Amino acid sequence: MLGYLGVEDVLELYRDIPDGVRFSPEDWDKLPIGFGRPLSEVEVSRHMDELFSRINAPRIPPFMGGGVWPHYVPEAVRYIVSRAEFLTAYTPYQAEVNQGLMQALFEYQSLVAELLEMDVVNCSMYDWSSALGEAMLMAMRVTGRKVFLVPETMNPRHRRVAETYVKPHGGVLADIRVDREAGHIDMGDLSSKLSGDVAAVYIEYPHYTGVIDVNVGHIGDLSHRAGALYIMGVEPVSMAILKPPGRLGADIVVGEGQPLGLGLNYGGPYLGIFAVRWDGSLVRNMPGRIIGLTEDALGRRAFAMILQAREQFIRRAKATSNITTNEALMAIAAASYLSLLGKTGLEELAKHIWYKSHYAARKLSEIKGVEAPLLKGEFIMDFTVRTPVEASKLKEGLKRLGIIAGIPLGGLAWFTGMDLLLTVTEVHSREDIDMLVSSVESLVRR
Amino acid sequence: MIFRQAVWSEPLIFEIGFDGRVGFTPPHLDEEIIRVVGEFKLPEEVSRGEPPNLPSLSEVEVVRHFVRLSQMSYGVDVGPVPLGSCTMKYNPKVALKYAFHEKLAYLHPLIDDDYVQGLLEIVYRLERWLEAITGMDYCSVHPAAGAHGELAGALIIRRYHELRGAISVKKEILVPDSAHGTNPATGTMAGFKVVEVPTDGKGNIDVEALRSAVSESTAGLMITNPSTLGLFDENMVEVARMIHGVDGLLYYDGANLNGLLGYARPGDMGVDILHLNLHKTFSSPHGGGGPGAGPVCVKRKPVIGDLTLVDLTPGYRVVFDKEAGGYRVIEPGGSSVGLLRAWLGNVSQLIWAYTYIASMGSQGLRVAGEVSVINTNYFVKRLLSETKLYTLPYDPGRPRKHEAVISVENMKRETGVTAEDVAKGLLDVGLHAPTIYFPLIVSEALMIEFTESETKENIDAYVERLKEIERVALENPGEARRWPQNTSVTRVDNVKANHPKTVTPTWRVKTLREKGVIGPLK
Repeated sequence: MLGYLGVEDVLELYRDIPDGVRFSPEDWDKLPIGFGRPLSEVEVSRHMDELFSRINAPRIPPFMGGGVWPHYVPEAVRYIVSRAEFLTAYTPYQAEVNQGLMQALFEYQSLVAELLEMDVVNCSMYDWSSALGEAMLMAMRVTGRKVFLVPETMNPRHRRVAETYVKPHGGVLADIRVDREAGHIDMGDLSSKLSGDVAAVYIEYPHYTGVIDVNVGHIGDLSHRAGALYIMGVEPVSMAILKPPGRLGADIVVGEGQPLGLGLNYGGPYLGIFAVRWDGSLVRNMPGRIIGLTEDALGRRAFAMILQAREQFIRRAKATSNITTNEALMAIAAASYLSLLGKTGLEELAKHIWYKSHYAARKLSEIKGVEAPLLKGEFIMDFTVRTPVEASKLKEGLKRLGIIAGIPLGGLAWFTGMDLLLTVTEVHSREDIDMLVSSVESLVRR
Repeated sequence: MIFRQAVWSEPLIFEIGFDGRVGFTPPHLDEEIIRVVGEFKLPEEVSRGEPPNLPSLSEVEVVRHFVRLSQMSYGVDVGPVPLGSCTMKYNPKVALKYAFHEKLAYLHPLIDDDYVQGLLEIVYRLERWLEAITGMDYCSVHPAAGAHGELAGALIIRRYHELRGAISVKKEILVPDSAHGTNPATGTMAGFKVVEVPTDGKGNIDVEALRSAVSESTAGLMITNPSTLGLFDENMVEVARMIHGVDGLLYYDGANLNGLLGYARPGDMGVDILHLNLHKTFSSPHGGGGPGAGPVCVKRKPVIGDLTLVDLTPGYRVVFDKEAGGYRVIEPGGSSVGLLRAWLGNVSQLIWAYTYIASMGSQGLRVAGEVSVINTNYFVKRLLSETKLYTLPYDPGRPRKHEAVISVENMKRETGVTAEDVAKGLLDVGLHAPTIYFPLIVSEALMIEFTESETKENIDAYVERLKEIERVALENPGEARRWPQNTSVTRVDNVKANHPKTVTPTWRVKTLREKGVIGPLK
């Protein structure tokens, strides 16, 4: 090929890089990149095995949630996302040759739409927190206002991400008081803060504390009366048994798709859910890719990327977001997960988790000095616990007994250093839960 | 060439299955648990009542459905995907085992560091390698994708000027007109006014135009080099000097880094901040649109006092604790732009890139870059010397780097056959089309990037097909408008797809519209 190009040395193809900027290949080869020379697959594999031998996956899945949760990943989901045609495809810029990929993404959007009873879902954001950041930017564009009311018990990491997103635009997050007994929004406090500056009210459903707020419908009404949007942040599995956001007045719904067959993966990739209701001013202000149903030239069903006038490659500086690469493969995982569980499976799973988390709380509450749940409102999956032992010490003690459990809550709202967020899902057997309970008991008694 | 893509008239998932079927069930719920807890109940205000309207399918139905859909999809493992600026290289399979490793399933991001030493070592070493590759002083793997890395970079620019007390003046981000659309969109997202700078006749940033655009208001400039034309910007050093002259920061979009591997590093050209796309240059698979990973890298440039740009980077930091002899994850410091996502990074994509760089080493990466550049120039020379209607705008005598932008403006003028028609003609023989209609400064653009993964035979086949397309355009242009015929559907109706009366983003909208519950999208 070099001969065809009439080039003696490949260096000639780089001749337009000015001296002083151009690196000599000899010097480049000495850079500390990799292990001094190319490695054979045998060597790479051995090296990776060694590194993975120093990853100690816990025997009992962690009793930890707080925005992402331990769930079983069905092998069929792993299998589907390993399909080379999905795994190694680019964004489907050429619709005709990627109809299957687009149908899978359309089905993800559609399945999530049914779960939330929201009309329009995009084909994914990076994670819950960045989806929330984008939802807030969108609310600022739609309302022209800059204040966001959020619960004081809000997921602290989500809060930090949201602040990163809105700060350059003058957006501000302000606390709504949360009732210390039940863990519900203090409606009086919310009403008093709903001024003409409020762009949106944001409520997690369930709350970060696991509490299912009975005021969620009323909050939507109040927000709308004040001219603010209502943004809900959801955990999708519990949606199978909870009244869907579409019936609660939500304008925008964000959430974490991680529970839908993604695994915990030490931080990513996850799946940001983003949905709005059927209103042009919302839909045309959405971030992200959307796949739509249409026809081909022969009138057969077909799929296309739609409403692209919102996106960066057309609108450039006027785009609704810069998002391009998203989490498409994770959306396909979620679509296959929701299809596998389906109508009855997902409901059964949600009830199963409700039962097990209640069982754990009930058993823990029987320990002298332990309050579980600390917040008395109805809950699922996550719940708050107060023990006579400092939360970080309790965690350490449990770790020595082979149990990874809890996220300390000290520093958040009014929580103390003795408070912990615990999580139980379908991956914890009754024996696991009993062991957690007896371990806590032994540490509390000490 | 014969190509027939699978054509399954596969129903939507909602149209298959049967009530009562299920593909996955949770484990048995212990009777003791039910006894202790009592009856399932929820407060009425929040109770759903009936289950969601999801389909009911068995596992085999779900697997067949998605396998059929996969057969109507096209990735690098199927054939060449020479989408320009997307760097669709092969994803070596050694990584699969580790990126999807079952050990990762229950690793909560808040698990203590001692459980994940091997993983933290991967992240730590990957960051150091990326620093050596780019010539930068610190890389953070926090951002989830290229555009997320750009946002991180633009926020660092913002923070830099805030800390220096100049943000009320530094309101503008300059972006060349050849830039990826994400650059201007990012500038806006970070709260800047975006000012476009034209490209000169040689495909470089127009230095004279830049001189008049640069002012005290300039917060920074976002440059892509090699540009989206596949050309190294010969004015790079001068551009850096001008931006630094007004205390602006130079941001480098790393989407096109493949064109420099082995021969130049952004960190040696005056770049202050950059992002990389691990799903481009470093071979993690693209997943049909993500997950990606978009590390952001900075120089240790002073900001104010002892602070440098390193202190401004986002996200958690993996550090090696010499005393404890292990790796630790620490929270971002007070000067950081903060968190851009809740957790560390897209770990599986990081693992993929790690195995790639470990396999290649510095020499392997250099050769990868060389082969990608040779592939581009071989393709361009063959195409231009064997056809009449394809042209190479902007300094055609200059070698291209990782990609080239071909124009079919002449073809359109003489035969009516457009870049879109050419793309569909490629699909019809089982070759993925290039990026089309981009960059915006080239009319009827075909932006082609083979990467080092494509063989000479495949590039030759691509040229042969483009020659054939030219012949059809001249002899029977009507045929070109009927392409593609061999894909699972023919040309897709984008007007219907977007019309307010027919736009259908979900099954829910389809059914509600049919019932008359919702009207056109207003």
